[in-house]
Amino acid sequence: MTRESLIDDVFELEQDETQALWTHEFDLTRRTFLQVLGAGLLITVTQDMTQAQSGRTMPVIARLHLNTDGTVTVLTGKVEEGQGSRAELSQAAAEELRVSVGQVRLIMADTDLVPDDGITAGSRTTPYNVPPVRQAAATARELLTNLAARQWQVNAETLEVLNGKITHTATGKTLTYGDLAALDTTSEVFKGSIRSDVTLTPLGQWKTMGTSVPRPNSRDLVTGAHHYPSDQIRPGMLYGKVLRPPSYGATLEAIDLGAAQAMKDVFVLHEGQFVGFAAPTTFLATRALEAAAQTAQWKTVPQVSSRDLFSHLKKNKQTGGRSRPRTTGDVDKALSEASQVLNETYEVAYVQHTPMEPRAATAEWTDGKLTVWTGVDSPQRVQGDLAREFGVSNDKVRLIVPDMGGGFGGKHSGEAAEEAARLSKACARPVAVHWTREEEFTWAYFRPAAVIECRAGLDDTGSLTAWDFTSINPGSSGIDPPYGIANMSILSAGTDSPLRQGAYRCLAATANNFARESFIDELSVAAKADPLAFRLAHLNNPRIRTVLEAAARHFDWGNRRKKITRELGVGLACGTEKNSVVAACVEILIDRKTGQIRVVEVCEAFECGPIVNPDNLTSQIQGCICMGLGPALREAMVFEDGRILSNSFYTYQVPRFADIPKLDIHLVENRDIPSAGGGETPIIAIAPAIGNAVFAATGIRLRSMPLQSDKLKA
Amino acid sequence: MDVTMSLTVNGEKKTITTDPSRRLLDVLREDLQLTGTKYGCGQSQCGACTVLINGRAVHSCVTPVGSVNNTEVITVEGLARGDVLHPVQAAFLAEGAIQCGYCTPGMIMRAVALLDSDPNPSDSTIKAWMNANICRCNGYTKILNAVRRAARQNLEVTVP
Repeated sequence: MTRESLIDDVFELEQDETQALWTHEFDLTRRTFLQVLGAGLLITVTQDMTQAQSGRTMPVIARLHLNTDGTVTVLTGKVEEGQGSRAELSQAAAEELRVSVGQVRLIMADTDLVPDDGITAGSRTTPYNVPPVRQAAATARELLTNLAARQWQVNAETLEVLNGKITHTATGKTLTYGDLAALDTTSEVFKGSIRSDVTLTPLGQWKTMGTSVPRPNSRDLVTGAHHYPSDQIRPGMLYGKVLRPPSYGATLEAIDLGAAQAMKDVFVLHEGQFVGFAAPTTFLATRALEAAAQTAQWKTVPQVSSRDLFSHLKKNKQTGGRSRPRTTGDVDKALSEASQVLNETYEVAYVQHTPMEPRAATAEWTDGKLTVWTGVDSPQRVQGDLAREFGVSNDKVRLIVPDMGGGFGGKHSGEAAEEAARLSKACARPVAVHWTREEEFTWAYFRPAAVIECRAGLDDTGSLTAWDFTSINPGSSGIDPPYGIANMSILSAGTDSPLRQGAYRCLAATANNFARESFIDELSVAAKADPLAFRLAHLNNPRIRTVLEAAARHFDWGNRRKKITRELGVGLACGTEKNSVVAACVEILIDRKTGQIRVVEVCEAFECGPIVNPDNLTSQIQGCICMGLGPALREAMVFEDGRILSNSFYTYQVPRFADIPKLDIHLVENRDIPSAGGGETPIIAIAPAIGNAVFAATGIRLRSMPLQSDKLKA
Repeated sequence: MDVTMSLTVNGEKKTITTDPSRRLLDVLREDLQLTGTKYGCGQSQCGACTVLINGRAVHSCVTPVGSVNNTEVITVEGLARGDVLHPVQAAFLAEGAIQCGYCTPGMIMRAVALLDSDPNPSDSTIKAWMNANICRCNGYTKILNAVRRAARQNLEVTVP
């Protein structure tokens, strides 16, 4: 993928987030279903049904397969990468089918079997994928109940469904889902459409949703039995390695492949800029790669280095087109009339996702059809990419995403899949390509760096009257302030990104919240107001107010503020994104000899509507807080003339056990709105709260993430 | 130049003929198909590849297979006894100390090594010892709770 297209990806992703995505095309064949699902309800897909999928209706069988043993197989295009979608979607189906979670088997992200549920990103699974799974399950339950009613010639409303068993209480007659799975009529009625107006179980009657269901396959994760994308082994499989340029933008001019070709059992493929090696062991493939790499001659082109990053982003700021500000009132007039005007610029470095499992794929061609096991967030999109790449139709590419080892927005693209497929096609053997950590650090994409220019005006009562916010490069999520300000100008501007960039946990919202919540803190100081009181005075979002007040109360904000010293600071921040709200209070200690900041405690309150799985939500919040500490305190990509110097866990230090503060997490439940996703937004308040705490202790305002400064040594 | 080595892996005697400079990690995964042991960094920095060699926690990604001749290697696949999980595995499940789970085998092996040598470690010992391993989902809090739980169970067993 080109650098440009990934910049677009940032914007596209945000645009996508407002849309429900389940336009789908799929090819169910009876044979594949029998192979994968085993005996049970036989599914035959007719031409009519495929056509019936236009629009948003989908036949029940595209989602649900009833098995004669009473279990239910649920199909989804979503992937599991540690965020908890497997448990959550299983809960959704179990709830509406009136079965236990143990009776639900979820097949995820196998393009031969599942509908296209869109990319797993943007906290969308909860708001956009749980409802259709519930609708499918509720429709199925209704159809099955009607079938039983017809068989017994009774009114369906007199029947009860519990644990997958339909009972007519008056006569004591029962039918299980397993019984019904054996009937031909069942497969017939399951061709009917999922009803979007079917009655779903009301919140107050949830039995499975709302409980802490553990991840269904967690036992396989502690025994090593689960096979991640990098664990897929096929008969006769080779291990592949791909030659990488020494720097961004470098092109291969010449290479001597003789030494590699002379190695026994080594396969070498050279197609244009692609040079790959496949061998029976990783060791041998790496030896071949190293032998060839020594002879490679490259043409390099000058690249921007990290020391010049922020000036480069500013210099190349785009104006016009997408980069036109949204305005309310008259900012310039309000600023000219303000009694105080603040004008500050904030910066955010590029960071890497570093999922524990680097990109990996195993590819196999059989009779002109490609099957790839890989770790990507967007199975159908990568399926399409591969089909185009190899000049075959989509149905000749089967992409399977086994539950994978982390992503955090960093695995939207299918590089390893393409590389493995290319090598496999050429050598006519299954090939696995496992990226090294250095490859993942260098050739995956990064969270966008940012330069954010802020201006604001205060009147003589200390109220905000003007807000001018220009965010260069990260994107627009989280850009709108939740504060009531009469005159505003808000701009998300594109620029030239020196590095390949893309999504990350909460994407731009982290950068935009860092700038806004730091700047709000500066404004509260200018207004001689307590940072909490200043926010509460301006907040126009009641949900944020609730979590901010909750966090402040649990943290004991007022008293903790009194204990500030030149080494100990407290700070807070709040925000909203993806229809969830968060507030965090932190306590930090600064070693004034070394300038090191240590986060001692984080008290965070979070609300994302009705909670589907409390334990999983807590894990996500803990994860967000701790992951957020990295870019707040240490993580930054260092690069020089196209070479990534932060290319290992030595040179790029992610949070470890020793960094973990005391965590005081408060789940605030709001039962008046639909459930929103919770795996991202808890990250956005961490960095600004820490920066604000540093200021509270030292009077030094750090405006660049990561928050490091020699000025703290005093 | 290939050499022939014999070692015990999860209680089974194995004879392996291969280049002795290959990583133990790769031999476990590629030759013995024991994929529970994970590659995380290849530089002894993240602990995903942790196995026990003669009872000690070792990073298999920097261990040449030639150096483990005549040793006893335990991987995550070798911890459970039939259907009965090792107490550390059970503690990880009980605490929900798993998100993506990719770091989990390494975390478990590291914790097993600790509790085998020090059944009742202090909290600071647990933290310092586990600090060798990285989790990116950042389930550190629940992982610590799992190790504490396993340690507590040791205490309950040893103190009447």
